[in-house]
Amino acid sequence: MWLFIIPAALFYAFVVLVPSGQGVFFSFTDWNGLSDDWAFVGFANFVRLFEDPVSVRAIGNTFIYAILSTIFENVLGLVVALALHSRIKSRNVLRVLFFMPVVLLSVVIAYLWQYLFQVNNGAITQLLHAIGLTEANPNWLGDPNLVVYSISAIVIWQFTGYTMVIYLAGLQGVPQEQIEAAAIDGAGAFARFWYVVRPLLAPAITVNVMLSLIRGFMIFDQIWVTTGGGPADTSHSLSTLVFRTAFQFGELGRAAAIALVLAVIVAVLGFFQYRGLLRSGGGQ
Amino acid sequence: MNRYTWRTGTVEGVMIVVALIFMIPVYVLINLSVRKQSDLSSPLLPTREPTLDNFGLAWTQSGLGEAMVNSALITVVSVALLVVLGSLSAYGLARATARWSPMAFYLFMIGLLVPFQLGLVPLYRNFAALGLLGTAVPLVVIYVGLRLPFTIFLYTTFLRQIPAEYEEAAAIDGAGLFARFRRVVFPLLRPITGTVIILNGLFVWNDFLTPLLYLSGSVNRTVPLAVYSFVNENTTVWPLVFAALLISVIPVLLAFFLFQKALIQGFASGVKG
Repeated sequence: MWLFIIPAALFYAFVVLVPSGQGVFFSFTDWNGLSDDWAFVGFANFVRLFEDPVSVRAIGNTFIYAILSTIFENVLGLVVALALHSRIKSRNVLRVLFFMPVVLLSVVIAYLWQYLFQVNNGAITQLLHAIGLTEANPNWLGDPNLVVYSISAIVIWQFTGYTMVIYLAGLQGVPQEQIEAAAIDGAGAFARFWYVVRPLLAPAITVNVMLSLIRGFMIFDQIWVTTGGGPADTSHSLSTLVFRTAFQFGELGRAAAIALVLAVIVAVLGFFQYRGLLRSGGGQ
Repeated sequence: MNRYTWRTGTVEGVMIVVALIFMIPVYVLINLSVRKQSDLSSPLLPTREPTLDNFGLAWTQSGLGEAMVNSALITVVSVALLVVLGSLSAYGLARATARWSPMAFYLFMIGLLVPFQLGLVPLYRNFAALGLLGTAVPLVVIYVGLRLPFTIFLYTTFLRQIPAEYEEAAAIDGAGLFARFRRVVFPLLRPITGTVIILNGLFVWNDFLTPLLYLSGSVNRTVPLAVYSFVNENTTVWPLVFAALLISVIPVLLAFFLFQKALIQGFASGVKG
């Protein structure tokens, strides 16, 4: 039996287990990635991580990206799913439209939105003007106070269709009779949702929240393409900061420490996700 | 409750408007890609004199054709390996009764919790030491290693719902362990294999970080990397850029519209097990 597992185990060990172990090891060194000359520096990389304004901001940003995208992807995805779970005639077409961004390249989506977010008469600013906000001219991707929210909007647009299909699949498991029975008992639309549908959707909610959180914490493409972490390093997530520290600054020890902090955050969440998956019927 | 009431009609109307707003970015993408480079009118207004010139230029200058071949090869090889190795090891893990098998399963599942970034730098150094930078080998190896935990998770949970009687019947007929897997188990896994192919295929095809790291500056580029380099060289010529963006998503969009039912189901069942 174990012969069946060996080839997979080799790939897995080479790509995940060994390098991750090395990563943990090097996070306690000042290795620059080139020379064989490195020294243990104890927790110095971690201390710097929590003192350097750029990385402190990146930690904050990572949480903003993750939490904002999770809230909006799930609320919007659920609302759209509920609306498309009805008898409307265009539901199949609309499902396809809302889901489409999920299959597009992140790089393409990021460039597209970079264009839409252009300052001075970009498409989104023009839409603001069209609805009466004629004075508005936000620098969506160039204003340090705004950039994190603009990038979150890109992610939300991209993945709302993802949560939607999972909610739609979950709604299939909600028996119509129960909803009708509640309606006969006089429950309004919101009461029917809250007391009948929501408990039955719990597994889909768990899965969706965990998936969007982890996606949000790992965010890289959308930031790297639109701003590269700028302006002035204000839009970095931990993921882009690892990349920049390692491959643009050559400070591999420090990059490994940043990655380890990200790893701890994601691992804690992933642990809950895994339990959630097991409970929602994945594996008995 | 099952009739089309005025209330349903309202929902329908609202949702169509919402979908139209949601599609504005896609509209701009298409609208701008058919626009003359000299046309500077608002991207929201329909293009008055549409042209297909941008597509020809973008196609010849961006190297997207080659990149698509590279991406397709990398995706097919990675996904094929994932299907074979994932289903084989899941079979081993699901049917083995030895004490090590749950341990081995959990060891694989740790991979679902460890973010790729942690091993990113050391792995890069390891591949550099092997002299494999600039080739597609690290990409395939990485995709397989990285996606195996998820693949094994999908296969194992699916396998546990299939009774072992089919295999036992084949065993009585004298089929060996591998023959039982190939002739009995693997065909039974077909539905979940579809999900494995869809989710992994899309992940590999869309991945940007790994090729950015391993293929930057090399001639073997994947689609996301080719798009990235092309746009960086032509940032101000948006109609040209948008034509390239559109070309780059055409293969996936085609696949999406052809197989949308299977694809959407794949996504939904991928998380439900």
